This record gives sequence, structure tokens and C-alpha cells, in this order.
Amino acid sequence: MYDVEKIRKDFPMIVNHPELIYFDNGATTYKPQCVIDALTGFYTDYTSNVERGEYSTAIRADQAYAGTRDVIARMINCKPKEIAFLANITAVLNQIAFGLSRELKKGDTILISYAEHASNVLPWFRLKKELGVNIRYIPLDEEGNVIIDELDRMFDDSVRIISLAYVTNVLGSVQPIRKITEIAHKNDALVVVDAAQAIGHLKIDVKDLDVDFLGFSSHKMCGPDGVGVLYGKYELLQKMEPIFLGGGMNARFDIDGNVLLKDAPERFEAGTPHIEGVIGLAAASEYLMNIGLENIHAYENELRSYLIQKMLPLENIEIYNPANPSGPVSFNVKDVFAQDAASYLSTKNICVRSGHHCAKILHNLIGVDQSIRASLYLYNTEVEIDRFVDEVSRITLEETISIFL
Amino acid sequence: MASIKDYFNDQNLMRELLLDHYKYPHNHGLLENDRYTSKRMASASCIDDITVQLDVEDDVIKDIRFDGVACTISTASTSIMSDLLIGKKVKEAEEIIHNYLNMIDNKEYDPEILEEANVFQNVYKQANRIKCATIGWDAVEEMLKETGKEDE
Repeated sequence: MYDVEKIRKDFPMIVNHPELIYFDNGATTYKPQCVIDALTGFYTDYTSNVERGEYSTAIRADQAYAGTRDVIARMINCKPKEIAFLANITAVLNQIAFGLSRELKKGDTILISYAEHASNVLPWFRLKKELGVNIRYIPLDEEGNVIIDELDRMFDDSVRIISLAYVTNVLGSVQPIRKITEIAHKNDALVVVDAAQAIGHLKIDVKDLDVDFLGFSSHKMCGPDGVGVLYGKYELLQKMEPIFLGGGMNARFDIDGNVLLKDAPERFEAGTPHIEGVIGLAAASEYLMNIGLENIHAYENELRSYLIQKMLPLENIEIYNPANPSGPVSFNVKDVFAQDAASYLSTKNICVRSGHHCAKILHNLIGVDQSIRASLYLYNTEVEIDRFVDEVSRITLEETISIFL
Repeated sequence: MASIKDYFNDQNLMRELLLDHYKYPHNHGLLENDRYTSKRMASASCIDDITVQLDVEDDVIKDIRFDGVACTISTASTSIMSDLLIGKKVKEAEEIIHNYLNMIDNKEYDPEILEEANVFQNVYKQANRIKCATIGWDAVEEMLKETGKEDE
């Protein structure tokens, strides 16, 4: 039985701010007490650097840090050595693009979509500029879902990589990754998945999906900021060149410039890592797995359909993704600039995001530049949705202006 | 005696004023004319993207034009600014801009010279929207500084 009231008590932000309705979970999520305790535990009980110390607290830090690989491996069904910790999903996608660029040449093609976040567009654009690779866009339906029948036709001998969000960050389209991987592999292309908006919201099984690379950020799944997870099939990670070189990632080097890198995953973790963040991520993962990712997914989808059902009758708004079962709800209030509507909602203690949401080529699909995004998570409730919808129904141009007077 | 601030505290009147400048902005639409210097304000945030044109002749602001994608506050504030600054001497315009930016920062300012721009006296309460109220003003201020430098 999913007990949302019990879950809400785990989150100090909710306990400390009962007045706030937090519907900006696509941007970041609140942290449960157990994650905060894991962070302070490291700083109050066993502070030390990792991978080098011979003393007890250092060994404990090592175990906690490396232990997170085991936890993540259990969560997404891979081997611990297939997990590397970087700064965030942006760093992960840059590492993948950089690493794969070494095997690309002019005329090769990378497939992405209009619905991608900047971090899954700009690193590939750089390869277009520097190497002369082609970027092509996979056909999407009006709510951003890959049209799988048309995907097949996108492939020719030049296609080497397909890089997509699992759940898109504005429209919440859940892409059929398994089918995409099947088609891509049949055509000898690699599949890169940006799981930033999927992680912690649904059960991810990288073996079942058969993806080649996948990445996500800790802070979008109740974990600390500043940690990104890179998953890669081990043989691919072992072949990949790291962006950053330095301590912790080399095995040995000499005065002639001969360098032997460590094996994956350590080779991707140059310098002192975000130790407490990685430790906190393990706590967040355990927390979510205890509730059950399937349960979270089912609850969230229920909440979302409740939200849609309440919003559809409103005559002052336009919703861009009512049919998608998961992910954020993106909409505009008619004749009101998205940012003005979000500012109005903030005066009612409602937290939503407005703008392009870093998806600046998406307007090619939905026809508008900006929108308001309400993104739900495991601790949101129908009561909050009722209050939210009530406030949204009151938004007019006059009301949004009044907040500035 | 009612002060200028009291007048600008009449919410209904002020709402009408802002709405009017947002729906029917003055001096809106760019011109293709070499006399104008032009500044695009697109990099400060990823939302507002406006271009402001300025024509200064004989130390007087002859014209200001603007266009772009912008929220109510940036549109209305740029519109009101254009009305206020056209016809002013550069020194006067700089003084008005200085006082306006002080008002937006919740510092000391002279309401008498700001005329309609007093409508933005409470914008500082919406901390995340201060940039919206200054984007057009910043553009003119920067252009005036640049022209000033060229003259020296």
C-alpha cells in the first residue's frame, strides 16, 4: 500500500514548508532525511579521501564510495564496474560524445530529436562543427514520442550513434528504448540514453533495454547535487578515452610521457570525486528501491492523469501533452507569457518552471517557444493538485500584472 | 498634498497602464536605418530576447525602437522607457536611467523625473523578475556609454 503521507514525513523540505506546493521535480527533487544523514555521517564520522588511505576512516570512505556502484548496479541491473561517477548528466553526455568522437569521421551521422535537452544536443553539435558529422532528427509525434515505424527509414550506413532522452524533459514522452536499441543494433549503431527524467520515476533495466550508454543525475532522484552516473557496457567503457586526466585515474606515467590509464570505471573519475554526494546517492537509491520504483511509477502516473483530468476542462489554458501517460505536464495560459504565469503562481506558494526548459529546438514540434512545466514526484498529492488547478484557473493577464504593483 | 508615489499606488490605474504598454507597446518594431545604433539583449537570460535601437543626434535622443520576445514587464518597461527618453538630452537620459535603476534596486531615487516609469516602483519585491524591468534600460545605458566613448 502506497502511503504518501508517510513518505512526506521523510522529507524535511515538506515538513518545514507545508505552505509550498513543489511541482518542479523535473528541475530537482527534495531529499529525504536518510540522504541528508548519509552526507552528514560522512563529514561527522569518517571524513577522508578515497582510493589512497591506509587508515580506518579512509577504508570506510572507500567502501562507502565504491559501495554505491553496487547499489546503482542493483537498481539498473548492470555490473558495478560499469558505473562511473561524474558531475552530472551533462558531464556524462559530454564524456560520451567526447569518447565516441575518437571513432567518428566526417560524414558519419548521429540521430537525435527535437525534444532533447541542451546537454544532449550541444555536445553533438560540437562534433558536427569539428568533425563534420551529420546531425539528423528522428521523427516524433505531436507529443514528442518517437515514431518507431519511421525510425527504421532513418538508418543508412552513415548512422553510428542514436542519442535520446528516455523520458523527454518538457513533454514527458517515454521513448520505446528497447525497440530503438533493436533497430539501432541491427544497423550497427550505438544507443546513448539520457535518463535524467526517467531515473527514480520508473524501473530502468539496462540489460533488458540493451542500451550501450546511459546517464542520469543524482539530484533528480532524491540524491545530492553534483553527481552524475555514467553507465556503459564494460567493453565500450574500456575502449573510451576520458575527458579529464589527472590523479586517481592513471595507473602509472613516466618522464617520457608514457601514461597507463586505470581500467574503467576509475579512469573516468579524475581528481577527488564528490565523495559525500556519491555516498548520499546510495542512500537515495536504497530509499527509492525500498518504496519500489514500480510503485512510484504507478502512483505518479495516477497523479498525472488526475492532474490532466482536472486541467482539461479549464478554458484559460492550452496543454501540450495531455495524452502522454508519464512525465511533466506542459501548458500555457492563453495570452499570458509563461514566466509571468509562473511568477503569479509563486505568489501563491506554487513552484513550477517556465521558459524553454533547455529544450530550445522543441518549438519546431509544439509551435511555442515557452511553456509552464508542472512536474510531479512521489511525494505530491491530489490535494496539492486541487489547489494548483484552482490557482491556474484564476490566471489572467490582469492578475499576472497585479503582482508587480 | 498627494505625492507622485500615491498616484502610482492606484492599483487599477497602474494595471491599465502596464496592460496598455504590453498590448500596444510604443516605439515597437525595428527600423533599417544607419543612423541607429542597435543592441540585442539575448544573453542575459534564456527567456527575454529583445533588440533596442537608439538614434542620438546633437546630444539629443531622437528616437528609440525595440522589438523581440519578452514578458509583460520587459515589454512594458521598455515601451515606457522609450516614451520617457525620446527628446531628452543624453545627460538627462542618463540621470533618468540612473534613478530608474536605483528604484528597481530599492535604493534612493527621485520619483519626479521618472513619470510613468514609477509604475515599476514595486518590482523589486519580485526578486527574480528585476532583470525583466531593466533589460531595455540596460541596453540604452550601454549604448549611451559606447557612443560617449566614441566622442571622446
